[in-house]
Amino acid sequence: MSTTTAAAAHPRGIFHKAGSLRAERRWALVTAYISLVIAAIIMLAPPVYMFLTSIKTSAEIADLSGNPWWVRDPTLENYTALIFNPMFRGFFWNSVKVTLLVVALTMAISILAAFALGRMRFWGSQWLATGVFLTYLVPDTLLFIPLYQIVGGLGLLDSTWGLVLVYPTLTVPFCTWIMIGYFASIPKELDEAALIDGANWMQMLTRIFIPVALPGIIAATIFAFTVSWAAFVYPTAFITSPAEMPMTIGVVSQLIRGDTFAWGQLMAGALLAALPPVIVYAFLMDYYIAGLTAGATKG
Amino acid sequence: MAQVSLRRVVKAYEGGVQAVKGIDLEIADHEFVVLVGPSGCGKSTTLRMIAGLEEITSGDIAIGGTVVNDIPPRDRDIAMVFQNYALYPHMSVFDNMAFGLTLRKFPKEEIKRRVDNAARILDITPLLDRKPKALSGGQRQRVAMGRAIVRDPKVFLFDEPLSNLDAKLRVQMRTEIKKVHQTVKTTTVYVTHDQVEAMTLADRVVVMNHGVIEQVGPPQELYHRPATRFVAGFIGSPAMNFIPARVENGSGALRLNLPNGIVLPVPEERTSRYAQAAGKEVLFGIRPEHLTEPKNLDRSNIAVFELTPEVIEPMGMETLVHLWLQGAEVCSRIDPTTPAEPGRPMPVAADLNHMHLIDPETGRVL
Repeated sequence: MSTTTAAAAHPRGIFHKAGSLRAERRWALVTAYISLVIAAIIMLAPPVYMFLTSIKTSAEIADLSGNPWWVRDPTLENYTALIFNPMFRGFFWNSVKVTLLVVALTMAISILAAFALGRMRFWGSQWLATGVFLTYLVPDTLLFIPLYQIVGGLGLLDSTWGLVLVYPTLTVPFCTWIMIGYFASIPKELDEAALIDGANWMQMLTRIFIPVALPGIIAATIFAFTVSWAAFVYPTAFITSPAEMPMTIGVVSQLIRGDTFAWGQLMAGALLAALPPVIVYAFLMDYYIAGLTAGATKG
Repeated sequence: MAQVSLRRVVKAYEGGVQAVKGIDLEIADHEFVVLVGPSGCGKSTTLRMIAGLEEITSGDIAIGGTVVNDIPPRDRDIAMVFQNYALYPHMSVFDNMAFGLTLRKFPKEEIKRRVDNAARILDITPLLDRKPKALSGGQRQRVAMGRAIVRDPKVFLFDEPLSNLDAKLRVQMRTEIKKVHQTVKTTTVYVTHDQVEAMTLADRVVVMNHGVIEQVGPPQELYHRPATRFVAGFIGSPAMNFIPARVENGSGALRLNLPNGIVLPVPEERTSRYAQAAGKEVLFGIRPEHLTEPKNLDRSNIAVFELTPEVIEPMGMETLVHLWLQGAEVCSRIDPTTPAEPGRPMPVAADLNHMHLIDPETGRVL
């Protein structure tokens, strides 16, 4: 009753309010779409251009007349040349080998470290956890110089094994940090229940924490995978012979001869190299997001 | 099955804050003991020390005659039910209940027999294949209890197990817990802040406040013969009324001078008990149910006086009347048919057979 009178008394005021809300929402959507479209164009232009270049012949790439965004004679010869090139396949397998080993090593180290730092509560564990994260802030462009000494001292220069050893310096800190956050989101009572049920620390980790924290583990795994698959500075610094090269530097070093750029093959190689992470992300995106945001809100 | 003994148990945290200040408690075999008190009174800490989840600063805890101070939780042969259930989210109900037995390497058939048996007691057999997230709060709490029962431990520990349930389910699960205890008869220590839970479940209630035990006793004893003002006020709902009063000695009989010029005669049989309080300020304690509409006037020690209601709360089977008395708000429980109206003085009868006098300085009931 009272609301009707109020509305009758101030009809304009109420209409204005409802109208402004709707208009506000419309504006928000319009701005959101415009900025998203701009962002998408900026993000997608390079890979699209790479793809277009990769299906052009060398002659067409060199031909400066015509629209560069248009392909006249599409061809797969750049791809077939790479795929049937044993050296290029070697790069691929090197990448696969290094990445799988690094992911396994990283996860083994960071799960154990995160469990100890996040859950076992010993003197200095907080400081140690912060310290682990701080090491992540040191860039690889700085680290590779001292690491060169270490890897060289171990006789692992110019070997994929050297890469397996040094990549974890990039992956372990961040993965440990993700896992500490994820473990922290698991209620304390769960370990207490497990303790009373008769579990020791190792059983608690393997039977309770790892299964419960699986989304976080997957997120960390994807991160480790991406970092070691895309690593560029370390292999550039430590690898010289083509037989030991991973994709990232193999493509660049073998397809650029002096000032001759095999643009078509370069682009094809780069796209082929980008394929595995894209596939992994496409399937595990949801886990990745869930894992990164875990601990942000305590449920 | 076993008795539990706490001897001068102290829990101090870094910085010297004492959560538990040296408590002694003997819990008999098969007994159901409830630790009750407001939050921060040390009841949960005490339970967690019995469980081995908190270290003991000093004193001894013994389970079944063995001092367990340095024995880890898994070797204490106890089972615990947590407030938030703490079920393993990735395991089925069956696996949740079987986990403790699997870790202890029980044979498969024995595990199955025990889980099935516990599931039958708790009426959760159809849920055995489900994951915890597919269960309601009450069902989760049953599974948590099942996990305790299958272990057949020496002691059950419950840490506010019903606090996360809605009011109706809480009452239902309370009965359920009592039924389970009557079936399995395992020694039980149960922590709650809800005095109704404490009263209904316990063989003996332990009232704690500020890290010390205020009183230990069967529910009825705590209710009728509280030792301190804290216990008197904590046990019973609505709480006991405390009215400032003065004890006067008049020709061999004691009188209580209350505010508003009300004078109550102290029952004859209590004269010697309260004699030392003569001439002193005290707190006059009386429960709302002993402050009613005038009735049973033929009995001895019923005093009638007039007070003015401020707020009236009909509860259905009874009506709570909040009366105004200088310096104190007084609650009375009257028959719902009795006419009462805010602002209009009404006669109330105090049953002085159930009165208490409290020393306001020490807080002790005289």
